[in-house]
Amino acid sequence: MRAVISVVGKDRPGILAFVANNCAVRNINIVDVTQKVLQDLFTMIMIVDIPEDLDNFHKVADEMEHEGDAEGLKIHVMHEDIFNAMHTI
Amino acid sequence: MRTKRRDNILETIRMIDEECLDIRTVTMGISLLDCADTDIDRSCEKIYKKLTEKAKDLVSTARDISREYGIPIINKRISVTPVSLLASVSGGDCVKYAKTLDKAGKDLGVDFIGGFSALVQKGMTEGDRLLIEAIPQALAETDLVCSSVNIGSTKAGINMDAVKLMGETVRRAAELTKDNCCFGAAKLVVFCNSVEDNPFMAGAYHGITEPDCVINVGVSGPGVVRNAVKEAGPEASMNEIAEIIKKTAFKITRMGQLVGMEASRRLNVPFGIVDLSLAPTPAVGDSVAKILEEIGLEECGGPGTTACLAMLNDAVKKGGVMASSNVGGLSGAFIPVSEDAGMIAAAESGTLTIEKLEAMTAVCSVGLDMIIVPGDTSAETLSAIIADEAAIGMINNKTTACRLIPAIGMDAGDHLVFGGLLGEGPVMPVRRTDASVMINRGGRIPSPIHSLKN
Repeated sequence: MRAVISVVGKDRPGILAFVANNCAVRNINIVDVTQKVLQDLFTMIMIVDIPEDLDNFHKVADEMEHEGDAEGLKIHVMHEDIFNAMHTI
Repeated sequence: MRTKRRDNILETIRMIDEECLDIRTVTMGISLLDCADTDIDRSCEKIYKKLTEKAKDLVSTARDISREYGIPIINKRISVTPVSLLASVSGGDCVKYAKTLDKAGKDLGVDFIGGFSALVQKGMTEGDRLLIEAIPQALAETDLVCSSVNIGSTKAGINMDAVKLMGETVRRAAELTKDNCCFGAAKLVVFCNSVEDNPFMAGAYHGITEPDCVINVGVSGPGVVRNAVKEAGPEASMNEIAEIIKKTAFKITRMGQLVGMEASRRLNVPFGIVDLSLAPTPAVGDSVAKILEEIGLEECGGPGTTACLAMLNDAVKKGGVMASSNVGGLSGAFIPVSEDAGMIAAAESGTLTIEKLEAMTAVCSVGLDMIIVPGDTSAETLSAIIADEAAIGMINNKTTACRLIPAIGMDAGDHLVFGGLLGEGPVMPVRRTDASVMINRGGRIPSPIHSLKN
């Protein structure tokens, strides 16, 4: 399943590595990454492939969001379709 | 291209996180026509069985979709065939039906169940009469059941006997729940031109022209619209503001369409409609009044309010229509006073009055909604307010409604708190002139000339 991982937080070394590592251990393949630092606010959007399994998606999304909280990062894991629906005709 | 996509993604996340964008309700409409039985207990058994079978996966499916797409789905609801139709077959004490619906709703884990309803715009059957008689007790003895009665339409005119009866019923519903913030009246709507596929409570019911089972979705998003208007700044012209609202409504509706289609696919139930209504909540920033103020009014209810609301309502429809394959329900901007922080403030300061709200209802959906009136307001006065509101709907060929809550034991200036989505609000003053002769005439206001279209 194609999903979007968004990460927002105070910039510091290792954020990208932290998120990428979290993906790697769960067998999530990163397809595309864009990131930007504005003043000291880090924002990153990752497009990823999550192995097809619904329970797995719920579990992965919850875990990654909690792990982000612990690091002071706001992480969202959402199905890609929501963005396509809202922003394309 | 990638920057644009990133901005879009961040915009969506901001809408959900900071601007209270959500799916207000996924409502499953279920026909109860095949549950009718001459024995009321048998009829209730069939209803319980059908509801718990059809909607058994509704709550869990909505939860899954919510998690997967990252969109809060606030309420899961059920609407059923107007129960008066079943009462016409069975006769008996309709409170039994309400208790059956309540039990089924609780066992399924839904938030509300609507359809304790009767359509009496042209006249009343014995079943309609039994149902209306049972409304106050039914609402007092159940938690999730919502009731609505349609007393007028552009095609049929206004049934003034029913208007008289509903004034008394609203009062009685409040009296029976006076120890519970008169909550009964908050679950009762009196309609003119009610719609059969409305997913919003308290007025949802599953019309007889609908299929056996259907999924309808209601979106929300006043906070998103307000922020978009704010970003445009005070220099933007009114048509530029209308354009911004249109684009925002498009995005909100697309989200509703996606969730509706997905729920329909997973539950294997046909997709009905997306209701485009901007439904406020008491949460900070989720207010329709604040959109009007953002457009440029010092306070909602002052001069200019009706014009701003007319533009808002129209722009929401225009944006939403292209975003969904099936638009229906009420589709416009809601102005429930106690559910909207901006409306509450404006009513408290005295800028927003019932008379101004009445004017506003002529240009938006739906009507005099969640308005708390003094506890000693007579049944005839309530009926007269209902008749006025129905007249606006009848003549303008639109849905109007009254959800008035007589705050028993309270007077203008006091404050009544419901909590949750229903909010709180000040008791608003009502003019005391007597309309009892007019209300007691009964009969019917004939349908207007423009109903004769054939």
